[in-house]
Amino acid sequence: MSTAKIELRGVTHDFVTGEGQLFRALDNVGFSVSPGRFISLIGPSGCGKSTIFNAIAGLQTPSAGSIIIDGREVTGMIGLVGYMLQKDLLFPWRTVLDNVVLGMEIRGVKVREAREYARPFLARYGLGGFEDQYPAALSGGMRQRAALLRTLLFDSEIILLDEPFGALDAQTRARMQEWLLQIWSDFGKTVIFVTHDVEEAVYLSDEIYVMAARPGRIRARLDVPLARPRPRHITLEPAFARMKERCLALLDEEALTRGDAPPLGAQAPSAEPALAIEPPPPSAQRLSTPGLAA
Amino acid sequence: MNTPVTTSLAQTPLPVSAAKPLLQARAARRLPQERRWSTPVIVLAQCALLIGGVLAWELSARQGWIDSFFWSQPSKIQEVLMVFFTQGDAWIDISFTFRATLAGFIIGTTLGTLIGLSFWWSGNYAAIVQPFIVCFESIPKLALAPLIILVFGIGLPSKIAIGVALTVVVSALTTFAGVKSVDRDLERLMYALGASRWQVFCKLVVPSVLPWGISVLRVNIGLALTGSIVGEFISSQHGLGRAILYAGQTYEIALVWVAVLVLSTLSILMYVAVAHIERVLMKHVKR
Ligand SMILES: Nc1ncnc2c1ncn2[C@@H]1O[C@H](COP(=O)(O)OP(=O)(O)O)[C@@H](O)[C@H]1O
Ligand SMILES: [Mg+2]
Repeated sequence: MSTAKIELRGVTHDFVTGEGQLFRALDNVGFSVSPGRFISLIGPSGCGKSTIFNAIAGLQTPSAGSIIIDGREVTGMIGLVGYMLQKDLLFPWRTVLDNVVLGMEIRGVKVREAREYARPFLARYGLGGFEDQYPAALSGGMRQRAALLRTLLFDSEIILLDEPFGALDAQTRARMQEWLLQIWSDFGKTVIFVTHDVEEAVYLSDEIYVMAARPGRIRARLDVPLARPRPRHITLEPAFARMKERCLALLDEEALTRGDAPPLGAQAPSAEPALAIEPPPPSAQRLSTPGLAA
Repeated sequence: MNTPVTTSLAQTPLPVSAAKPLLQARAARRLPQERRWSTPVIVLAQCALLIGGVLAWELSARQGWIDSFFWSQPSKIQEVLMVFFTQGDAWIDISFTFRATLAGFIIGTTLGTLIGLSFWWSGNYAAIVQPFIVCFESIPKLALAPLIILVFGIGLPSKIAIGVALTVVVSALTTFAGVKSVDRDLERLMYALGASRWQVFCKLVVPSVLPWGISVLRVNIGLALTGSIVGEFISSQHGLGRAILYAGQTYEIALVWVAVLVLSTLSILMYVAVAHIERVLMKHVKR
């Protein structure tokens, strides 16, 4: 019925706080991603982005709602998506190569075979010569590459990246973004990307979901009307700037109206026809990508 | 908006007129630095100190400044040492103490590490058992030695058992501290990749706890040696501990010194060996 790679329906999560009260971290979050798309979640700190990822990865079963991958309900199941965090989380006692094959090893591949399989990828994606080094000997950017390769070689079609470049300096970060786009087009995975950096979200994504906090929810969905492949100088074009402004405006509004329920749909004077700003629809079903809605 | 602030600042002038506290004239000095001697010089000084001490001991005994019956004297000790090795039970005693210590050390450390690691598997189990472990730790285990001798007999097993009792708790508690410090994020990452508990245990918990387990090896070899000596003191037919006790009871002070000397040598050798093993293991485990 649905061609979505991954879909969230009415995902709601309440944390029990220290005082025994319920804290609603996610409220009725729903979206769906078609195969091979690159989408970003942006929003203020604490709006529940990581909680969404933990729910998708099966590390935290949401209080309500469901997660559907390939049309199958997989709420609370682990081992179905690749997950990468801002911390590289490389094992210090494993070489880079052995770190990269961890996912395959867990899937039961023999270590020797996994190494043989992974070696060419390390060479191809800028880690050649570092295979037998330990993570401590690598720069921050190199470590993130290794962590990302580990996530990719895990052989899942969905990749969750939680602020993966947040700790890198601007220059390294820009290089990593281009590298990520290269890898994404090579592997054709479905990527969900979390970032603080609006420019990063616009540069990388096909779609951007802007989130709001307290409770965490999706506030708007924007299509990014930029052609691929995207050379770096695309960030200087007016369309890029307009897109960025649109995101910032939504985030600003959110910051101003923090605390009270914003009048949804009231602020969508779609001046730019290419930017499809939608209020989050009541049911996630209706939130398929425009092309598929028909 | 800024104006009132500026004026109010201007209206409170700095108390320039206040008397400046009296400071001593500034004396420029160099950074105090000790000039370190080279290693050979240090070693030479150490040898001189040792030889001087032994000579002073010998001289005082000969001159009657100290009672050589109680304190013995180096020349006598050397004689007894030769006799101990050529005609006495030196090798039997050394081997007995060595075997008891080594076995106590290996069994206690292994068992303790396994117990510590086992706490990872269940928080409930850890919570239930932990108070008992802590209680057992606070008991002076040597006080139980007579009981252990009664249970295990006067042979080698009782000496091993005392060594195990001393080392097992240290290893268990240290390893448990290691288990608690396993990186939660790495654990979550492994689960996100679909790992089973056994995989997390083998690939994450054991390697991260290993340095903790290794760090107690040096402490444990000393404890195991203490255990076997105390066991030999209480009741034994062999061992350096028994030799010391026996010589003391028969007023063969020179033999006491000889046994203590041999025991110290054994202790140092084992300590150095374990420290070396520890260093080698650490190099492989920790990066
Ligand atoms: N284990 C937890 N217990 C209680 N509250 C939590 C827990 N984890 C996260 N939260 C709260 O849930 C909200 C969302 O957190 P998170 O998903 O980490 O936000 P983000 O990643 O968007 O910064 C935050 O307000 C945070 O304080
Ligand atoms: Mg987060």
